[in-house]
Amino acid sequence: MKLEKLSASAVQNKLKSNGLILKIGPFSFRIISPIASVADGLVALYANHVVLDDSHFVDYTVTIASASGWRRWTRRQAIFQFDGMEPFIPLPEDHAFPLLEWSMNWCIAMHAHHYLLLHSAVIEKEGCAVVMPAPPGSGKSTLCAGLVHRGWRLLSDELALISLTGTAITPLGRPISLKNQSIEVMRSFVPGAVFSKEVLDTSKGRVSLMKVPTAHTERIQETAQPRWVVFPKYVAGSLPQMVPRSKANSMLELGRNSFNYMVLGLKGFEVLSKVIDASDCYDFQYSQLDDAVAAFDDLVARRND
Amino acid sequence: MSTPLLTAVWAEPGWRPQLSVREWEALFGQARQSSLLARLAYLHVDKGLLPEVPDGPRPHLEGALRLADRQQHEVRWEVDCIRRALRGVDTPIVLLKGAAYLMADLSTARGRLFSDIDILVPHDRIADTESALFGAGWISDERDAYNERYYREWMHEIPPLRHIHRQSYIDLHHTITPPTSRFKVDGQELLRNIQPLAGYPGLYVLAPVDMVLHSAVHLFQEGEFGHGLRDLLDLHDLFADFQGRPGFWDALLNRADGLGLQIPLFHATFHLRRLFQFSPPPQFLERLEKMGPNPVSRTLMAWMLGLALRPDHPSCDSRWTGLARWLLYVRSHALRMPMRLLVPHLLRKSWMQRFPQKP
Repeated sequence: MKLEKLSASAVQNKLKSNGLILKIGPFSFRIISPIASVADGLVALYANHVVLDDSHFVDYTVTIASASGWRRWTRRQAIFQFDGMEPFIPLPEDHAFPLLEWSMNWCIAMHAHHYLLLHSAVIEKEGCAVVMPAPPGSGKSTLCAGLVHRGWRLLSDELALISLTGTAITPLGRPISLKNQSIEVMRSFVPGAVFSKEVLDTSKGRVSLMKVPTAHTERIQETAQPRWVVFPKYVAGSLPQMVPRSKANSMLELGRNSFNYMVLGLKGFEVLSKVIDASDCYDFQYSQLDDAVAAFDDLVARRND
Repeated sequence: MSTPLLTAVWAEPGWRPQLSVREWEALFGQARQSSLLARLAYLHVDKGLLPEVPDGPRPHLEGALRLADRQQHEVRWEVDCIRRALRGVDTPIVLLKGAAYLMADLSTARGRLFSDIDILVPHDRIADTESALFGAGWISDERDAYNERYYREWMHEIPPLRHIHRQSYIDLHHTITPPTSRFKVDGQELLRNIQPLAGYPGLYVLAPVDMVLHSAVHLFQEGEFGHGLRDLLDLHDLFADFQGRPGFWDALLNRADGLGLQIPLFHATFHLRRLFQFSPPPQFLERLEKMGPNPVSRTLMAWMLGLALRPDHPSCDSRWTGLARWLLYVRSHALRMPMRLLVPHLLRKSWMQRFPQKP
């Protein structure tokens, strides 16, 4: 059953009692939270995701609790709890929904060692995927959000889940996290897109999450093969430049961007080599999303040259 | 009160991975909180049960196997780095706990996770050892003069040393319990019986009976019980490895008597029998019975440890768990230091916590 079939109050009731079980990519999360903004965010952004019933095994139970005791009256705070632990420091209560997103990323990054996990966006066209690793501030999420509204399918905005047996990349299909000016850029680039309520003054600045197009969530089961590795960089005023980059250096950088490359040891090296072998690697500099769309479509057109 | 699922896995000889989905979730939560997920995974591997684990839970076990294998690979590497760093120091280097289990190929090491490497050297070689480690890149992060003095004067180890590049930690010991402790142990006495590690000249581990006693005293002297169940399983596996050796049981009791560690051994045996159907020979139990504490202390400790050895996970908490853990925390401090040292120390620590010094 899709989340959209549930009324907002039904979602809230589930979150407050035994939890709402959501299928998110290959994982299942039980989300427990009494905080209204968590329910609002889920209803707005996860409408097309599947709600599982109690008969399913749940990978991770995530609780976004309200601060209790005296703290409740001085400062309203949201706290992430996992297995009875609190891995992060509490945040102001209105950060609760982004906190849920970060918590889910943490669960995957810390535990899902049956994938090679890269800190990277992944988009796909005609079965071929672009892996886009980049440090914060490089415009990765903005580029990813732009492209998935111009013919590319979203696999993930944050985490590439790469199979350890082949190199297939499994979609995670979570909302795209946009920061600061990118929020306005995407609002005008994609009229009618759905955003979560903006949260001010987080550690990443002003944050809003953008809903994944419904057609992409429908195809959440479809994996894709890596074909390109592109390191994007937003440079104000620049012309688009797609410059080939050495495979060796790209592999090093991907390894550095991985959450569990070291954990996987030799296996990680083997899988990453295969990803790099199968991929053309580029540095991509841009300032205009329309230029980027053209440059990425050109990659597809030239792929068999 | 029900037996925690995690304990049942080791307690039931015919255990099979047939659980409801809610039970799997609770089992994994308990195992993660007790640092036992990889050990749980290896138990399934060793008994050939991994293919019987349903598709949903199985990747969690497989992921844990990868993490543990990688950590063990790193610990072997670190141990070799430590050995090379200390080549110039003319002293035996004794590996303790996890690193010792791993390097000596004991079954306890299967799927064991590591947070640091513990080594022991003679008290008068601490300074040399520390400076050689310093030369090889290990530094102390302890900046506070009071804490520094607390470690140096009253503890059985110096403040942890961190490698500046690899961020790995070493705990450098001169004995296994604080010199102020009720269960103080002379490090020299342990050094007399150390065993060389084959293939690693200069490296040693404690004698089997000393390993068991160290594990027992560690379990019952620690104030934090996050690893309580893991430590008890360490003991369970150590006994399994050593009990077949001729004269082991008598040697263990004699050594416990000689080192003054009868009470930790008594409590450890009690809980191993209670939780894991541990069955030492009757003569051993008879002699141990006479070495145990008074009946009040027995009953109280059995109750407190019974709660504290449950995994620290919401699925295992009872209304008394918090109290039992707190009492054990207080007890661990009372065992570590006499009151005339403990009271000023705790006052000082709470002052430091309330008014931290500006850096």
